Amino acid sequence: MAVIMIVVVVIYILRLFSLQILEDKYKKGAASNAFLNKTIYPPRGLLYDRNDSLLVYNKPAYDIAFINREIRNLDTLSFCNDLKITKEYFIERMKEVKNRDKNPSYSSLTPQVFMTQLEIKDVAAVQQSMYKYSGFYIQTRTLREYRYAAGGHVLGSIGEITPRMLENDEEGYYDPGDYVGRDGFEFTYEKDLKGEKGVEVLLRDARGRIKGKYEEGRKDIAPKAGKNIKMTLDIKLQILGEQLLAGKVGSVVAIEPNTGEILAMVSNPTFDPSLLVGRERSKNYSLLVNDPTKPLMNRATQAQYSPGSSFKPFQALVALKQGAINEGTRFSCNGPGSSPIRCTHHHGSPVSLLNAIEQSCNPYFWHTFESTLVKGGYGKDNQNFRKNYDEWRINIMKFGFGARFEDSDIYQQSRGNIPSENYFDKVYKSKTGWRALTIRSLSIGQGEVLVTPLQLANATSVIANRGFFITPHLNKSDSMLLHKHDVGVDKRHFQVVDEGMWRVNEFGTARSYKVPGINWCGKTGTVQNNRGKDHAFYMGYAPRENPKIAIAVVVENAGFGSTFAAPIASLMVEQYLTGKVVRTDLLTKTMNVRTNANVKEY
Amino acid sequence: MPTSRNISIKYALDWKTVFIYLFLVAFGWLNIYGASYDFDQASIFDFSQRAGKQFVWILTAFGLAGVLLLLDSRLYSYFAYLIYIFVIFLLIVTIFIATDVKGSRSWLVFGPVSFQPAELAKTATALALAKFMSAYNYTLKGWKDLIPLAVIVFIPFALIILQKETGSALVFLAFLLMFYREGMSGLVLLLGVFAVALFVIAIGFSEIPIQTDSGTLGMVLAMLLVILVQFVFAFFYKRNRKEALLLLAGVAGMSIIAVVLNIWLPVNYDYVAIFIVLLSCVYWFIISRFKRMKQYLFIAWISLGAMLFCFSADYLFYQVLEPHQQIRIKVLLNMEEDLRGAGYNVNQSKIAIGSGGMFGKGYLNGTQTKLKYVPEQDTDFIFCTVGEEWGFLGSSVLLFIYLWLLLRIIRIAERQNEVFNRVYGYSVASIFFFHLTINVGMVLGLVPVIGIPLPFLSYGGSSLWSFTVLLFILLRLDAARLQRGVQR
Repeated sequence: MAVIMIVVVVIYILRLFSLQILEDKYKKGAASNAFLNKTIYPPRGLLYDRNDSLLVYNKPAYDIAFINREIRNLDTLSFCNDLKITKEYFIERMKEVKNRDKNPSYSSLTPQVFMTQLEIKDVAAVQQSMYKYSGFYIQTRTLREYRYAAGGHVLGSIGEITPRMLENDEEGYYDPGDYVGRDGFEFTYEKDLKGEKGVEVLLRDARGRIKGKYEEGRKDIAPKAGKNIKMTLDIKLQILGEQLLAGKVGSVVAIEPNTGEILAMVSNPTFDPSLLVGRERSKNYSLLVNDPTKPLMNRATQAQYSPGSSFKPFQALVALKQGAINEGTRFSCNGPGSSPIRCTHHHGSPVSLLNAIEQSCNPYFWHTFESTLVKGGYGKDNQNFRKNYDEWRINIMKFGFGARFEDSDIYQQSRGNIPSENYFDKVYKSKTGWRALTIRSLSIGQGEVLVTPLQLANATSVIANRGFFITPHLNKSDSMLLHKHDVGVDKRHFQVVDEGMWRVNEFGTARSYKVPGINWCGKTGTVQNNRGKDHAFYMGYAPRENPKIAIAVVVENAGFGSTFAAPIASLMVEQYLTGKVVRTDLLTKTMNVRTNANVKEY
Repeated sequence: MPTSRNISIKYALDWKTVFIYLFLVAFGWLNIYGASYDFDQASIFDFSQRAGKQFVWILTAFGLAGVLLLLDSRLYSYFAYLIYIFVIFLLIVTIFIATDVKGSRSWLVFGPVSFQPAELAKTATALALAKFMSAYNYTLKGWKDLIPLAVIVFIPFALIILQKETGSALVFLAFLLMFYREGMSGLVLLLGVFAVALFVIAIGFSEIPIQTDSGTLGMVLAMLLVILVQFVFAFFYKRNRKEALLLLAGVAGMSIIAVVLNIWLPVNYDYVAIFIVLLSCVYWFIISRFKRMKQYLFIAWISLGAMLFCFSADYLFYQVLEPHQQIRIKVLLNMEEDLRGAGYNVNQSKIAIGSGGMFGKGYLNGTQTKLKYVPEQDTDFIFCTVGEEWGFLGSSVLLFIYLWLLLRIIRIAERQNEVFNRVYGYSVASIFFFHLTINVGMVLGLVPVIGIPLPFLSYGGSSLWSFTVLLFILLRLDAARLQRGVQR
């Protein structure tokens, strides 16, 4: 009898050993039974403009989530009533969530989002009777709120994380359904803005009821708020830019030359950033994405144009650097009868560099370009010519053309284009198949040359700075002064260009838009293109003596640069330098110009 | 050596057993507090909570133990039948007046206190059996001597079954162990084991077909077991090697014929197996005639009986057992995994115990029991709490303490000079052992779920009282032995 008893006890102890020591699955079972790790979302970092004006902040939003395995005896009817949804919607939505084709990360054991981004008034009723709906949870999130309906392209937006982003998330920080910066500044600074999620370890009993915190919250991790960031934007300037571009397609980029800080980056058509928040996001998104005027595109960084006459100052500087011309060089001009490029203005001949800039003389810049490329002759098999072209290209690109600002925080930049020798070799079938005359349109910023408004504004700040630029950027907390790019053009060469551009504003094409009390320099451009009317261009900087703002304006298919782009730049400069606009007539007139009937306001 | 009654109970009492008892009761109380502990928990003495109530039960149990120790030891023997009859009467009354509690009609309610007479029946039956077996002209030798004992056990057993307390009724099987100790042939126990094995095989594999429409693995395996038993008996026990090998050869031959035949003509292996066993019975009949060996006749009858038993196992299982009992067995035999239904308790119990690890989570720190994942965690599943909070070390120690108690009781029983006392002592050991085996086995998932308490640990007044009474009557009888000045 005693033997039987000993045998049974030994068997039981062996069984205990296998359950408690050898097997691991019961410990895991216990953890998934009893602990509910509730994520606490941190507040996302706030965004301020350069004058500490709050731009973007947070508002609470609520998700209804559920863990399927834990749903017990759900009173569907009362649940639907509390949520103000129909039973059909409930059934439909449940099916959707559980459909692994649509929701590959579905599991009956993990929280699944049933409804998302609800406002407090929508969840109030459910929240009160949540205890009845075991298996369902309310998750508090934060959404973005915008103080100004401006800067949508620059600020970007947040949205639910995409499957692709989840895959690339090597740290495993994100969970399905998390909100992340999807574009613009929110995307670039996601790491700083997001903060760190916290965890609240809750105990859950067999009926799925929360029984309090585990070990009085000692295992909890407090969320860390995201970092607040001060941006370089001047929101007033940004708003004015958007008003001035109303009814037009185009963009304005303003940069503080000696710091590279973007003061305003406007692209029109634009949209109110609050449209891309919350439950309306996807609806509004498809509305915007289907608009043929492409309001979601940030033209300031993504659109590429031939710069036309606004390219001429840079041509002059590179030619001066390469010794093809000097400040005294004169070329003859036959006005509209000039060959191979005609002049669109009437002025004396031979014309000096100073006058050529002021008058935007096409023949002068053709001769300049030709002198640059054929300096020392074409050489055997065009070798010398090719060498000169390559040098020219490198020097032009030093102004920030033809490449992205890789060290910048600006989202989605286009490269623009300064064509390479190889490109022309291919187009003209051989290395000797093209000569200066073949690529003459480059001399006046037409043809293959493409720049973005951002690149144009940046290059303008090179002239303002007399020879260098700081990588343009949007985060004011990050000093970019170490990212200084010298273009390698002697300071003295800038004098004549500066003088010429001053004369443009004083006596030339932009003389009608003098900024009261301020000396400033600029250059208009009227760019032929294959999509209708000419694009109106303007680039300039102010004040002439100590430049505080460099600006580039593009208005697509509007006509003369002097008529459509220059006034916008003038008003922006006035606003930025004086803090207000006194030329209200000009302001009203400019705002009311409509160049594209399809542009809608969102 | 002091004589007769002058010796005080204080010296005569087996204090070691009392200390084990006190330890188990106190440990049980702590764990009941732990198991019903909630996060906004009141004190362990809060009488609205189970731990507080158990405290009251413990105090009354101590009082009861004291009274039992003070009574004259001869009263138990003297009143044994009277007590038995009184309890039988109580059981009958209970069937009629008890209110329905979760389908069972076993509770008598007196105001705030409810009581289960079935718990008392164990003690009463043990006393009655002891009385009967201690009669000077009684010895347990053959089958016939077992019949009156079987009657004494069967009456309360049947009445408790009628109260729908199958678990409590099954406890009466524990007396078989005592009978064995008192001289019943071990064959009965072996037959019992054999029957359980056949049942497990026949039911456990009954849903696995061998080939379409031709029998199940269960029947074939069960019949194979029968042949195996025959062979072992003949070959190893009777050492009739030739006959045993002949049997094997015959069975093998017929099996091969069946398999070969199956190529042309679908064969139902169930019938083949039964046919083979029938032939083997005939074989043993003939041998018993020839060799004049009665035991082979016995083997033949047993085999025939086993065959019929297997035939009726399905019927027994599906018709006699209640659906919830069927499912509990199916879950145990891994035939069904019903983690939210019948399998829930055992699975959660395994999780709770398994999560305890080597040292446990510490007292009052068990998450599974606290959060009520294990149903009945302070009564039948109290061992879970121990496993989770005290770990492998704690639960092993607890099992060893139970073993110590059991061995202690056996030792006490063995040193008795009076048959009454000895029989009663073995009965107590058997009952405790049965409770321990079934309860812990159930919690560990080794035995089907049968709701009987763990002695001294489970919450509940009836069970604590009944175990206390069982134990302290024995201690009183043992003390009397010393008090009378009788040496070991």
